[in-house]
Amino acid sequence: MPRLIKNGEIVNDSWIAADPNNAGASAGRICTLQQWLQLPDKEGSAVQLEPGEEPTALLDSLDLIQLVVIHFPVFTDGRGFSYGRNLREHGYRGELRASGYFLRDQLTYLRRCGFDAFRFDDDSQLEGALASMKDFTEYYQASIDQPLPLFRRRPQSTH
Amino acid sequence: MYIYDQYDQKIVDERVAQFRDQTARFLSGQISDAEFLPLRLQNGLYLQRQAPMLRIAVPYGLMNSAQLRKLASITRNYDKGYAHISTRQNIQLNWPALAEVPDILAELATVQMHAIQTSGNCVRNTTTDQFAGVACDELEDPRPYCEIIRQWSTLHPEFAFLPRKFKIAVCGSMEDRAAIHHHDIGIELVANDAGEIGLKILVGGGLGRTPAIGAVVCPWLDKKHMLTYLEAILRVYNKHGRRDNKYKARIKILVKAMGVEAFTAAVEQEWSALKDGPTTLTNEEFLRASSFFESPAYEQIDTQIAASELQTQCEKDPIFANWVKRNTQRHRVPGYRIVSISLKATGYAPGDITAEQLELVAELSDCYSFGEVRSTHEQNLVLGDVQISQLYTLWRQLQGAGLATANIGYLTDIICCPGGDYCSLANAKSLPVAEAIQVRFENLDYVYDLGPLELNISGCMNACGHHHIGHIGILGVDKKGQEYYQICLGGSQSKDASIGNILGPSFKQEDMPDVIDTILSTYVELREEEEHFLDTYRRVGIDPFKERVYASAD
Repeated sequence: MPRLIKNGEIVNDSWIAADPNNAGASAGRICTLQQWLQLPDKEGSAVQLEPGEEPTALLDSLDLIQLVVIHFPVFTDGRGFSYGRNLREHGYRGELRASGYFLRDQLTYLRRCGFDAFRFDDDSQLEGALASMKDFTEYYQASIDQPLPLFRRRPQSTH
Repeated sequence: MYIYDQYDQKIVDERVAQFRDQTARFLSGQISDAEFLPLRLQNGLYLQRQAPMLRIAVPYGLMNSAQLRKLASITRNYDKGYAHISTRQNIQLNWPALAEVPDILAELATVQMHAIQTSGNCVRNTTTDQFAGVACDELEDPRPYCEIIRQWSTLHPEFAFLPRKFKIAVCGSMEDRAAIHHHDIGIELVANDAGEIGLKILVGGGLGRTPAIGAVVCPWLDKKHMLTYLEAILRVYNKHGRRDNKYKARIKILVKAMGVEAFTAAVEQEWSALKDGPTTLTNEEFLRASSFFESPAYEQIDTQIAASELQTQCEKDPIFANWVKRNTQRHRVPGYRIVSISLKATGYAPGDITAEQLELVAELSDCYSFGEVRSTHEQNLVLGDVQISQLYTLWRQLQGAGLATANIGYLTDIICCPGGDYCSLANAKSLPVAEAIQVRFENLDYVYDLGPLELNISGCMNACGHHHIGHIGILGVDKKGQEYYQICLGGSQSKDASIGNILGPSFKQEDMPDVIDTILSTYVELREEEEHFLDTYRRVGIDPFKERVYASAD
């Protein structure tokens, strides 16, 4: 079974990967956006967004969705960072998963944009990736995991 | 200047540790070239023709003497004893060894410096007026705004993998010395009808392959909204900027494709979700940021005595008098001058400075200018706060180190990228062209007679030498494997921003001094009285120049 990092631990992936060629919905399988839009019942659903597919269509159903996968076909395409943050800012509380070809060196950025699960195409380096999640312990900006920017958290200046 | 607290230091230290680990993984083959590329670029590291190049961030061009001394020691211990000031106020090392770069970054961190986001498809070093805080025409000091932007943009989690690089410049004065019309975002401090200072936001300016002048997306923004508004712009760009073609990936292309109105509407839409959120700036934060840029302890100076002493020194020594006239500027505090240190001596690459010179400038800044030094996008240095009575001693010491070339703002103060001698992107060499022009126009009286003249040279379309906005711009091009040079005329980086027009077919390197000579003598013939080059060009157009240059080439 493929493995992923979820909430800081390595776990098995119980979801079946999205398949654009398989028209029928089945339990436990991640939908493409097109498939998901046609789902009559979105309760407990899982949907995968590709670059260029903004999360706008999901915003009315965020409470029903169990898993949103943001696919990174290539790690240099950073659109998914904004998609993830958008979803969390609109109140999405389910699993937000990055999947595909991204780097362990991007994990702190992804986590700060609201991602809590990471499934690498190549899962041979997951232990190393766990270490990269601790690259930074302090940040300037507001983010999903730290809603206050540093300037609102700094002790009253003694400068 | 801004001083790190434990938070700033921790972030920079953690970045050094992260890059040390990344470099080790790359050197042991765990990271591929393609994967290491954005990681190293976002730490300022290029792999170039001869050796790696490390670009060190100089936030809005401000350094202290301890930092200059550290840079000098780094150039000695890890490089070849010199550094280069870039056209974005940063400092570049041309010969570091890849394996030693983490050590260099660790040394920089001890003096509160880093190389974060000096390259790569992310928000780069924010630049501003080199005379910030001391200029006479300033509405408000732009540096607190720059520092706030620096912190917000440093390791921003959402915007580290943008379609392309992203450059922000801030201007707080009447004259624009930061070229804000030619940045992805230009911010101008402006007063509204009620006299409150806010921000005018321009988007989509740039140089490179498709030069463009920024469009106003917000004529006046309450400064507390600065970061949320920037975040909205970046988010629209991150989502919608083109990623299929790197030459069409800058935000200027997106603004053009959408149209300014639709682009502005998209920004306002994103902004509505961010506005008044936690990233909204507080008065306390502005006060904190401003507290680092308060006026130093200026002395009360009897300006009449100071002026008459200066007068006497100038009469005794005409070379000094000339340097004062060309390389110093009025300061907002009576009795002080702003001193520009020219790094454009003939025979040296524009913007290069040796370790010894760095140390001397550090020493001079401690003695005469409160220990602070500024780098300029024209690739010179500035001592911002020099007492008039100390100019002579300062000048003697600069002169002894080859740092008193009196050409600031004139023809031979050439802006020039490292070009084909160093840069692997370049189509042609730029340094020999700069030198040939400096050698040809060694007669300073003629150069002064030409008046203010900006000559900018880039070795390729990426336009690091800002050729589009030089009054005279030179671009190196590749013609069937041969290096040729195209000329454009009439560019301007000021508030009356314009992009130069191409004169015509390109020239061989050895012909360049003659061609420039012809352009200049055409100007001298056509100008009316004291008319500046740019004004003459705008009055007569490109045709007279074209006729003369190509007639003489036939």
